Amino acid sequence: MTEFSFWDILRNLLLAARWTVVLSLVSFIGGGIVGAALLFLRIGGRRGIQLLSRGYIQLFQGTPLLMQLFLAFFGLGLFGIDVPAWLAACVALVLWTAAFLAEIWRGCVESIAKGQWEASASLGMGYLQQMRYVILPQALKVAVPPTVGFSVQVVKGTALTSIIGFVELSKAGSIVTNATFQPFTVYGLVALIYFALCWPLSKSSQLLERKLNVAHRNH
Amino acid sequence: MSLIAITEVKKRFGDNEVLKGISIDIAPGEVVAIIGRSGSGKSTLLRCINGLETIDEGSIVVAGAQFLPDEVHLKALRLKVGMIFQQFNLFPHLTAGGNVMLSQMVVKKVPKKDAEAVARKMLDRVGLAHKFDALPDELSGGQQQRVAIARALAMQPMALLCDEITSALDPELVAEVLAVVKELAAEGMTLVMVTHEMRFARDVCSRVVFMHQGRVHEIGAPEDVFANPRTPELRQFLGVQ
Repeated sequence: MTEFSFWDILRNLLLAARWTVVLSLVSFIGGGIVGAALLFLRIGGRRGIQLLSRGYIQLFQGTPLLMQLFLAFFGLGLFGIDVPAWLAACVALVLWTAAFLAEIWRGCVESIAKGQWEASASLGMGYLQQMRYVILPQALKVAVPPTVGFSVQVVKGTALTSIIGFVELSKAGSIVTNATFQPFTVYGLVALIYFALCWPLSKSSQLLERKLNVAHRNH
Repeated sequence: MSLIAITEVKKRFGDNEVLKGISIDIAPGEVVAIIGRSGSGKSTLLRCINGLETIDEGSIVVAGAQFLPDEVHLKALRLKVGMIFQQFNLFPHLTAGGNVMLSQMVVKKVPKKDAEAVARKMLDRVGLAHKFDALPDELSGGQQQRVAIARALAMQPMALLCDEITSALDPELVAEVLAVVKELAAEGMTLVMVTHEMRFARDVCSRVVFMHQGRVHEIGAPEDVFANPRTPELRQFLGVQ
């Protein structure tokens, strides 16, 4: 039987961790773009579109990410569309992230005083101009800490994609365990790598919160 | 010809009819004070003229632009009438100068250099040329309100709507804002102001509108309205017997 050194285990886990990072980035950036679009529709679209956007957000917030992954992976398969695991993982995570980011950002936009909307409207600005020049520059300050904080959830959320067979950190953990029979060492390392990814994010969220609050002297 | 023609305007919030058929014609250069208890509908009326509230019946025409609740008509209307708010509503992330420049550049597409020149001129007009680079929270309430006036003036409106613009100010700061408004009135700007400053209304305004329970209860020259209130409601409001 082959012996695996500690280094072998760690090396394989780190290689797989790359995919956790890539998947997190794709989800976060893709989710940010889709989430921003949802935000604009949720706040300023026609009534029907607002409801649609709200329904989308509630649907994705109200169902487990795991189910969304299953549906993206197996659901499309039922229609004869062969979806590779990486694609299903990306799509599900992007859509899931978008729903949460849209809702976080909506809260930030709504925290801006109504008078700002009225003043900019009375100066003749349209909805997109109000958002671009008046509301978002202020909302952005409020939004940075919770957004960075949420990115931790995204990183941890990628672990679920192991279930549909995407080989990221968690999946690599179970593969390596099956080969080495050292579950405690392997999963301990897996946890440490996740922590190394997430801790700087939560820490920077805290720091940003403090820093931006100082800049926000009025409140 | 009237600059602002308000005809039989009605406005409901749910079951509550706030404006029960208001008709007022305002000529260019007129300074009209709207007085009345809180809840009499005076602020709502002002907000309707600027399209911040939609109306349920009647019509509002400003210099030929009919109030219709779509973005094109609203914009046309708002380019004609500026509005100043009780809470100033300056954009806190922009300097005083930036506040005055923004809508010129965004709405009227004025080049930055010209917008800045206009902003300096307007800030000078309200006595704040030296505060061009100050952020709103570095300014006193009175100064903020004067920047708000400069911001509205920069769009070159035909009329200004003032919604209790001194009500959020400390007593000592009221005078500096009213002085600016008085100057505007003297220059011939059409002003419609909801105000609690009775003395100012008496001294500066050409007409006073007393609103009561969603209706125009009395209207007339300030001398008449203040000296000879005809209805018990106005007498009670003015505190005279």
